[in-house]
Amino acid sequence: MPEGLYLHLTQDSPIPLAAQIHCAPGEVLALVGPSGSGKSTLLRSIAGLYKPDTGIIRCGETVWFDSTQNINIPTAARRVGMVFQNFALFPHLNALDNIAEAMLDYPKNERIERARSWLARVHLLGLEKRLPRQLSGGQQQRVALARALAREPKVLLLDEPFSAVDRRTRESLYDELAELRAELNMPVLLVTHDLDEATLLADRMSILNVGKTLQTDTPDQLLAAPHDAEVAKLMGMRNVFRGRVIRHEATHSIIAWGEHELRVRRRGEFNAETAINWAMPTSGVLLMPSRSRDSATLDNEISVQIVKMLALGEQYRVTLQAGQDRLTMNVPRHIAQRYALAENQQINVRLRGETVHLMPLDA
Amino acid sequence: MDWSALRLSLELSFWTMLILLPIGICLGRHLAWTQFRSKSVVEALLTLPLVLPPTVLGFYLLVAMGARSPIGQAYESLFGQQLSFSFAGLLVASVIFNLPFAIQPMQRAFEAIPQEVREAARCCGLSPWRILGRIELPLAWPGILSALVLTFAHTLGEFGVVLMVGGSIPGETRTIAIAIYDRVQAFDNQAAATMSAVLLLISLAAISLSYFATSRLAKRHEHA
Repeated sequence: MPEGLYLHLTQDSPIPLAAQIHCAPGEVLALVGPSGSGKSTLLRSIAGLYKPDTGIIRCGETVWFDSTQNINIPTAARRVGMVFQNFALFPHLNALDNIAEAMLDYPKNERIERARSWLARVHLLGLEKRLPRQLSGGQQQRVALARALAREPKVLLLDEPFSAVDRRTRESLYDELAELRAELNMPVLLVTHDLDEATLLADRMSILNVGKTLQTDTPDQLLAAPHDAEVAKLMGMRNVFRGRVIRHEATHSIIAWGEHELRVRRRGEFNAETAINWAMPTSGVLLMPSRSRDSATLDNEISVQIVKMLALGEQYRVTLQAGQDRLTMNVPRHIAQRYALAENQQINVRLRGETVHLMPLDA
Repeated sequence: MDWSALRLSLELSFWTMLILLPIGICLGRHLAWTQFRSKSVVEALLTLPLVLPPTVLGFYLLVAMGARSPIGQAYESLFGQQLSFSFAGLLVASVIFNLPFAIQPMQRAFEAIPQEVREAARCCGLSPWRILGRIELPLAWPGILSALVLTFAHTLGEFGVVLMVGGSIPGETRTIAIAIYDRVQAFDNQAAATMSAVLLLISLAAISLSYFATSRLAKRHEHA
């Protein structure tokens, strides 16, 4: 029996679910997916706020939910700590009482002392008597986090906890969560639709779509080797295309993409002539310096036309027309200026074949 | 000034209010948070006393509680007296007539409590009774108070239903509204004016209290 939190749920309606998750103690697992992908439903199922059709939810040795044995432990008995999207503090109780309310297991006089020490840990000492509406968004969020942890929960559930605060507050909350993390020895599940947030905070990510867990891996692994085109697109990859395997060499594979032949990272499991999807990060598309002619690398030189240039801070996101498909690359502003890049211009780029990842063709 | 009529009215209002307090909390809370197929039918039925002429409602209640009806006979065999034209019958009619006044404000008050807050309470390990006493009732109390005040004031001034079900038996069913009507019929405008003024003052005070409570409720949920 694995330690930590294990969940396997299936359901057809009203919200389709086909999810399998395991989160080890001390691990932060991010559930990532577009809105409506069922990530909040999974979290609510773990908390016992939602009862799915079939499946099992287990925390350590304890079964919280098992449809075959009709087990469904009520929320209050599951010992979960949950931070809600809109904080969900008790509006009529002050910060201290909000936290103390989650510690009914302790004797009364101990509660207030413990609540105070929790306030200190989230850097809110001095604001004990404030009502939630007298606190800023970030402060409310910290009280909510302290309240969730005050119960000494078996699992910590964070439901889009940073979506209701401004960017600057979010950044400082990230730091605080990272700081607290070292002391948390329970599984932590973070629901978010923000890939950067997930990459920053989570050890592993589980990609969800329409209630289905598609792939669970480290952020790096998900970007380098998504299982299929759907995962690649949900990971925000812009360069996902269709192609065909031509043949495999000793060191690399050769695929056809439109009129081009590309030398890519070797993936022998796809037979020659198999139609495939392939993906590469925007960082795999580079401007072509005229001097480079190193045949040992898997560089593929192709000629493209600049369709659109979008300024994003210090970078340009450049959309390129390559045959029927559109490639995306990021170019630092000063480089774009040095090369005098402009829309409608015809340029040469190189596709770094070692960043190309082959996947089975989507349906 | 008919003091016994005023006392009777106040007693009727008080008991109506007291009986409707738990009923209103249970029904209002249930209607606020649960969806069921016949919900709109139930809500329509509970609102009916608001739009029905009091005489019509009074007529049906009179028929239902009369000496020949099953309810009336059951009551008589149990307590040895008639239900219609008695204080108890008046109280039953008053409770039914006041259902919308008690339930609707309470329902609105419970609806205003965010679902997340109730779920957070469950995640904090609070028992259902603790959630009710510590979270829900404190958040809903201005709405509950407002419902009680409305019920009280409304019962105090009710005429049609009281006349139909209770008649005008001094000390038993003659409420202050009936007494005012009696005095006017007897050309005793002086007494009618005094009693009307008393009723006006009590009603005004009650409604002011209700508005005060409602504004507190609004303020409380402003930032929730």
